[in-house]
Amino acid sequence: MDTESTYSGYSYYSGRSRGSHRHGERSRDRHKSRSKESSRSEKSVTINAPPAEPLLGDQSVRGEEVQDDNWGETTTAVTGTSEHSLSQEDIVRISKDLDDSVGLDCKRYLNVALSVILGLVVFLTPLAFLILPHLLWADRLTACGTACEGLFISVAFKLLILLLAVWALFFRPPSAGLPRIFVFRALLATLVLLFVLSYWLFYGVRILDSQDEDYQGIVQYAVSLVDALLFIHYLAIVLLELRQLQPFFSLCVTRSTDGATQHYNLGQLSIQRAAVVILEKYYKDFPVHNPAMLTASKSRAAKHLAGLKVYNVDGPGGNNAAAGIAQSQSRAMIAAAARRRDSSHNELYYEEAEHERRVRKRRARLVVAVEEAFTHIRHMQEEEQKKAPGDVMDPREAAQAIFPSMARALQKYLRTTRQQHLHSMESIQQHLAFCITNNMTPKAFLESYLTTGPTLQYGKDRWLARQWTLISEASVTSGLKDGAVFLLKCIDFSLVVITKKIPYIQLAEEFIDPKSHKFVLRLQSETSV
Amino acid sequence: YNSAVLFFLSVFQQRIEIHKLRDGDNLILGFSIGGGIDQDSNSSQNPFSEDKTDKGIYVTRVSKGGPAEVAGLRMGDKIMQVNGWDMTMVTHDQARKKLTKKNEDVVRLLVTRKSLENAVRQSMMQH
Repeated sequence: MDTESTYSGYSYYSGRSRGSHRHGERSRDRHKSRSKESSRSEKSVTINAPPAEPLLGDQSVRGEEVQDDNWGETTTAVTGTSEHSLSQEDIVRISKDLDDSVGLDCKRYLNVALSVILGLVVFLTPLAFLILPHLLWADRLTACGTACEGLFISVAFKLLILLLAVWALFFRPPSAGLPRIFVFRALLATLVLLFVLSYWLFYGVRILDSQDEDYQGIVQYAVSLVDALLFIHYLAIVLLELRQLQPFFSLCVTRSTDGATQHYNLGQLSIQRAAVVILEKYYKDFPVHNPAMLTASKSRAAKHLAGLKVYNVDGPGGNNAAAGIAQSQSRAMIAAAARRRDSSHNELYYEEAEHERRVRKRRARLVVAVEEAFTHIRHMQEEEQKKAPGDVMDPREAAQAIFPSMARALQKYLRTTRQQHLHSMESIQQHLAFCITNNMTPKAFLESYLTTGPTLQYGKDRWLARQWTLISEASVTSGLKDGAVFLLKCIDFSLVVITKKIPYIQLAEEFIDPKSHKFVLRLQSETSV
Repeated sequence: YNSAVLFFLSVFQQRIEIHKLRDGDNLILGFSIGGGIDQDSNSSQNPFSEDKTDKGIYVTRVSKGGPAEVAGLRMGDKIMQVNGWDMTMVTHDQARKKLTKKNEDVVRLLVTRKSLENAVRQSMMQH
């Protein structure tokens, strides 16, 4: 029939387009398309292992999707992988990569260049102040006495301290790229520039023009400049580093996909700097984002409204009635869905109980298999190494030797807990070699597979560190305020941040004299009458 | 209003008349009391009171065959009045004194009892 031929054509093309983007794709993209397909076809048997990273080698079979019969009637999800076109996400990602490689580096280099130029100007100014009179009117200068030469030493050391301090504070590798300029730094740079310019102005007018002969006065002028620069550096420390140390706001960060929540205490920062701090903590505290865990609730929600169709009996009305009809249609659907007696809660309960039982069984098998595998090798001591050069292996070979005995149990466990895309065979073997080298127990080896760790624990392609967008109603350079809400959007999920002010704590005092602790026996008398 | 309150109170309360027994120089009643506003009321010490802040006088023991048992006093009764004297806000010693006055042969007690209260409540609910 007609529908059947188009159906087969669709699956053929989608398979081909997926294959053609094999090399450029990240695993995240594959899972998105895979999860969408699996949610549409409930009866399918999908054994779609990612082809570029064969997980444990024996699952490179690519199963064909078996779609259910009413795929034509249900709404089609636009995956964008039809025919040979690029998906929307591919386009966005490519353009973002281009932006990243060109735009951000340009900004960064500009910043570094400007700050280096400013630093050089500031550093060389006192030296210029001291040297220029010698160059221009050396014969008329008064001789430099003891006090004057002492001032030379002080200028030298103060400049050295200033150099070290500026290097320590400003020339650290930048941890993040902010969307707008860092207001405090810009202000400080402007202040320093104005300051130095005003000193030059004064110098030019009063000393160069009039060719002042009092060299000691010129040296003292240079010393005052260096002192003032040190004080500006102190101001920089206070503004940039010390001010935000005292906690002032408590931020509640929630991930939009699975609700993982953390709370952080921050000081008074601008929204963009607070966003950077939160992201640094995100990589450490939040469990890694696993899109495979989210498909179950979506399919449940889809089943809830599926099968309800709205018929318009009265015929098409005028334009004014169209909106009313749409509204009444949706209301009717909601009412019908609510009234319908569905047992999805029952299904959820039994499904979850079953899943937990399965996970526990597989985990038990895995633990036993790993413990057994670890008993087959032994860390050789130094003396033994010299004596028996026979069947000696380095850590990598030892890991490869014991890996097959635990591979199947581990693969099954990862499949059941839907973590299989987070670990490749290569990474598992590397981890095993690392654990053997450091004399770790099987339990220590398994810890990274039994619990989901923070995002930093996994490979770099999970980090998505360059894909964050800050969405905020207030200006991002304005400070945090009580009740401010902003979003940090990554590609698949977003972090919702709510700000609350830490309450002002009023502490009262109560003094207890140590001699005032006195006791008395309880009276429980019973009298007979 | 007063008559209604009195009727209500009288429903849960019982009047008991004990004739003291003369034993040599002493007049004994045959029961023991506990409680009082100067005592520390603790749930473990006074299992008879349902309100833990109740500092009334309770009957803690009734000697077998004594005048109190004959008159109908039971363990756990809370003594509200003795010969017209209020017993709900007295110290332990004051209660003892009111009960052991040498010139009285008969003490008329007004007691309340949890089981009595429950029985009356049940009978009221049945109607």
